[in-house]
Amino acid sequence: MTRESLLMPVLIGASVLAIIAACFLGSTALPPGRLLAALFGGADAGDRLVVWQIRLPRAISAYIVGAALGISGAALQGLLRNPLAEPGVLGVSASASLMATFALYYGIASITPWAVPIAAIIGALAATALITLAALRTQSVVTLILIGVGLSSFAGAAMSLLMNLAPNPFSLSDMINWMLGSVANRSFDEISLAAPFILAGGAILFATRRGLSALTLGEEAASGIGLDLRRQRIFTVVGAGLATGGAVALAGAIGFVGIVAPHLIRPFVGHDPARSLVPSALLSGLILVVADIFIRLLPTSAELKLGVVAALIGAPAFVWIAMQRRGGND
Amino acid sequence: MTDLSVENLTLCAGAMTLVESASFNLAQGEFVALLGPNGAGKTSLIRAGIGLQSANDGRSLLDGTPVHGLSPAQRARQIAYLPQIRPLAWPNAVRDVVSLGRFSHGAPLGRLKGLDAEAVDRALEACGLTDLASRRTDTLSGGELARVHCARAFAAEAPLLVADEPIAALDPRQQFRILDLIRAYVDQGGGALVVLHDIQLAARYASRLIWMKEGRIVADGPPAETLTANRLKDIYGVTARVDGAHIHIEGAA
Repeated sequence: MTRESLLMPVLIGASVLAIIAACFLGSTALPPGRLLAALFGGADAGDRLVVWQIRLPRAISAYIVGAALGISGAALQGLLRNPLAEPGVLGVSASASLMATFALYYGIASITPWAVPIAAIIGALAATALITLAALRTQSVVTLILIGVGLSSFAGAAMSLLMNLAPNPFSLSDMINWMLGSVANRSFDEISLAAPFILAGGAILFATRRGLSALTLGEEAASGIGLDLRRQRIFTVVGAGLATGGAVALAGAIGFVGIVAPHLIRPFVGHDPARSLVPSALLSGLILVVADIFIRLLPTSAELKLGVVAALIGAPAFVWIAMQRRGGND
Repeated sequence: MTDLSVENLTLCAGAMTLVESASFNLAQGEFVALLGPNGAGKTSLIRAGIGLQSANDGRSLLDGTPVHGLSPAQRARQIAYLPQIRPLAWPNAVRDVVSLGRFSHGAPLGRLKGLDAEAVDRALEACGLTDLASRRTDTLSGGELARVHCARAFAAEAPLLVADEPIAALDPRQQFRILDLIRAYVDQGGGALVVLHDIQLAARYASRLIWMKEGRIVADGPPAETLTANRLKDIYGVTARVDGAHIHIEGAA
């Protein structure tokens, strides 16, 4: 119980520290005095620019993208009763980023700044709904993951097609950004376009979290104890779709974060899916902020993409979690 | 007094008729065993009877109100349902799983208060799980896990209980323990409908037997009246000698 009651304060404290550290570290070192002054409106214009236009929006983007993927991952795992469910693994992120790229490619994005987030969300909702439909037809976890793999591959192939047809190298590099996932050069304007969707999705998932606990018993017994299964499925799909779509609109496809954080959180909350949602969101945000700091400090000639680093850490974790599963309920 | 009254219920899946014009009643204070071979439609009947599945024809009334008119939570507060046991998705603590029995009362897992916490304590106590309350469910034996599911159903403190093969795959001692728990629940005023495959145990515990064959209810009454050698031959296709409550099944007919 003490472990669980410490969890939230520790995560919140670490998150705040990580975001401050992200503002502090970078190519130009900002001593703490100048950083504080810049944060609170003092200091010179250059410092304020670095903090408010570059580092803070980047750190906050990483944090909310991580949080959105973390809460979506935890909720999908609860709904599908499977620790391997996650927007990236199930092809939801890839579908969202395909739709976003599509909107960019065909110039729909120039009509309204809302076009990209909305396209990403449509892609995410369609993929999540498809996965849930498949989940209605099969009890097999393996089948679901395979459908996700198929969906990811299809979205990847369609992305490659768009890249193949890319009219010029600039749109090509734009698309690569979407595919690999990155929070570099994000502004508060872009954050404010994605944030409402992420917040709405997160709020829906949070409000309907109790049903996820009930699903621990399986769908039949969960209905038996008074869960409205249809309603739960719809809300979780819509919530995860909105949050993931918003995250992809801001940062492109970043995979595997939503799998690692809930896995680490679960033992601290008695393996209750409902209680794992918020801590998973905070931890995922924290992981992405720290990963992004790491990327910026690495002395590589071209900056690594956040999605690449997330997958390099997350994919082995996915394999490890999969290998730990016992055959039982597959 | 809460009672469940199923009237002329018919349930089809495509061209197949799973349940055909079945009627029965379940009241508090009764221990009813539902018997029949695999595929007779027992699970379909109870699922449609408690409103988890919509029937093609007929109706099911809970205290005179159609079960379909009730919200899932309202229904769950009146009827505790124990489906055939499936593996749990996560290795929760025993107490957390039993707490899910209070779901329809709006209680969040892990933070039960007042009446909810007391109901869970009583259910744990009744099922002999108090010492195991903080154990993870993936460390339990099959018999212990079956008691956890029972405790979860009892924690709802609903006037009626519907259990689908609660003693399947348990050793003889555990089978008696589970049926003793259900009998204690009935003695305290509950009404239980239990799907069983062990005719001997059904005759011993139940006050009434409902016999199903090919989607129809073919008999409904106390063991002394409905349990005969002819019935066993008709329902299960076995030859048997019935001597009071003793049944000797001799082989396939």
